[in-house]
Amino acid sequence: MINFLRNLGSNFIDQIWRLGAGGRLFGLMLISSGESFRRFRLVVREVYFTGVNSLVIISVSAFFVGMVLALQGYHTLQKYGSSEAIGVLVALALVRELGPVVTALLFAGRAGTAITAEIGLMKATEQLSAMEMMAVSPIARVIAPRFWAGVISLPILAALFSMIGILGGYLVAVPLIGVDAGAFWSQMQANVDWQFDILNGVIKSVVFGVACTMIALFEGYDAPPTAEGVSRATTRTVVTSSLAVLALDFALTSFMII
Amino acid sequence: MTQNIVEIDNLSFGYKNRTLHKGISMAFPKGKVVAIMGGSGSGKTTLLRLIGGQFKPSAGEVRVTGEVVHKQSRDGLYQLRRKMGMLFQQGALFTDLSVYDNVAFPMRELTDLSESMIRDLVLLKLHAVGLRGAHQLMPTELSGGMARRVALARAIALDPQIMMYDEPFAGLDPISMAVICDLIRTLNDALGITSIVVTHDVEETFSFADYIYFVADGVVAAEGSPDDLRQSTLPFIHQFVHGEKDGPVPFHYATGDYKQDLLGPEA
Repeated sequence: MINFLRNLGSNFIDQIWRLGAGGRLFGLMLISSGESFRRFRLVVREVYFTGVNSLVIISVSAFFVGMVLALQGYHTLQKYGSSEAIGVLVALALVRELGPVVTALLFAGRAGTAITAEIGLMKATEQLSAMEMMAVSPIARVIAPRFWAGVISLPILAALFSMIGILGGYLVAVPLIGVDAGAFWSQMQANVDWQFDILNGVIKSVVFGVACTMIALFEGYDAPPTAEGVSRATTRTVVTSSLAVLALDFALTSFMII
Repeated sequence: MTQNIVEIDNLSFGYKNRTLHKGISMAFPKGKVVAIMGGSGSGKTTLLRLIGGQFKPSAGEVRVTGEVVHKQSRDGLYQLRRKMGMLFQQGALFTDLSVYDNVAFPMRELTDLSESMIRDLVLLKLHAVGLRGAHQLMPTELSGGMARRVALARAIALDPQIMMYDEPFAGLDPISMAVICDLIRTLNDALGITSIVVTHDVEETFSFADYIYFVADGVVAAEGSPDDLRQSTLPFIHQFVHGEKDGPVPFHYATGDYKQDLLGPEA
């Protein structure tokens, strides 16, 4: 019993400590971000690795999510005789929720793990130490460019996700099920609001971008420099990022709707 | 009198629950090759990190060119590090950059030199370690010895005053070992730098070092020239220099009675 309490306490303190360390890294990273903007090609290179390399998984997933949404939506909507509203349903579901959330979850699994493993291994092979000893700050040279690349990539990926998802929904609803194409697009045009739907979706994806990238970077930077340490850190990146995205989504949605 | 480039003064350091150094003092005179020797886990590498300012001592101080390392601001520390070059145990090359870009890295990051000037300097440094022909290879294509030579070229890229070597011979074949040995001495004398070599390879170190410090149990157990130490009668130094398996450093990790361990408490 005493042991259980002791473990609980030490785990709790450990988590608080990690939160502080993460916050400190975030602060230091922001301070040293000037370098990333002066030498923007460092960021562009990382956008390629995190963003461009995630395109395939994002596009394919978006296509299937859009198709399933249309199928499920039609099945329910036709009971109420409003199957033309299928276009609105697909678009709103994607732009407001699924686009940012699913993109962030896939991003954490695809790009986040890659970032954590790369930085963890750079630490384990003393590359970060070597940089420090050369009087080059690893936070400015390694962490900051990856952070900004993630923050730039995720909203673009989320926008692409929504677009391809809508295309998938269209293919199922119009050619396959036979919903009127004019009704599909015009209802969507009339009912998707620029500020309330699209802008809020963009805000969400930016926030998820900050959270997912920062978690991946911190886990890598904080990983014990061993094989086991890096593997655990990679797992933690996926778990923490996913939970953070879902929790943040609830918090943001409640602010946006009320 | 020779000027000391690096001085360690009554230094103590420890991790959370383990004291590593208990009042160590050392001096590294300009232009000399000084080796720090000792068993695994005696805190030799940590000493290099204390000199480089990556750790803060719990007592005492390290002075590099007269300046106390742990009292520097971040910028001051980075200025001091510009005077140091460090060769890491496994080389620590950046795996996403080619050999050429690895050596060019500190020049691109810390100077405003033009690319053509950088090209000349990189080839010059690579030539010094005999690997000009390998400049387009990636670190994964290099052998252990070659990787360490590239890392050495990178460490001397900006002409440091002090070179620190962390276990430069670990895991190398005899030929690569001889090459690194020769490079340490040659670079030291040709560039007029001061070298600090952390190692436990007795024969190689005794062949090129000017002065040697032995670290054991957190203190300097012995010091002197290679000849002094070879004749040392101190039991630990004798065991270490002659590589005997038992002595003051026991073969068995401290534990209870062997028979009792096997047969249980009632035996």
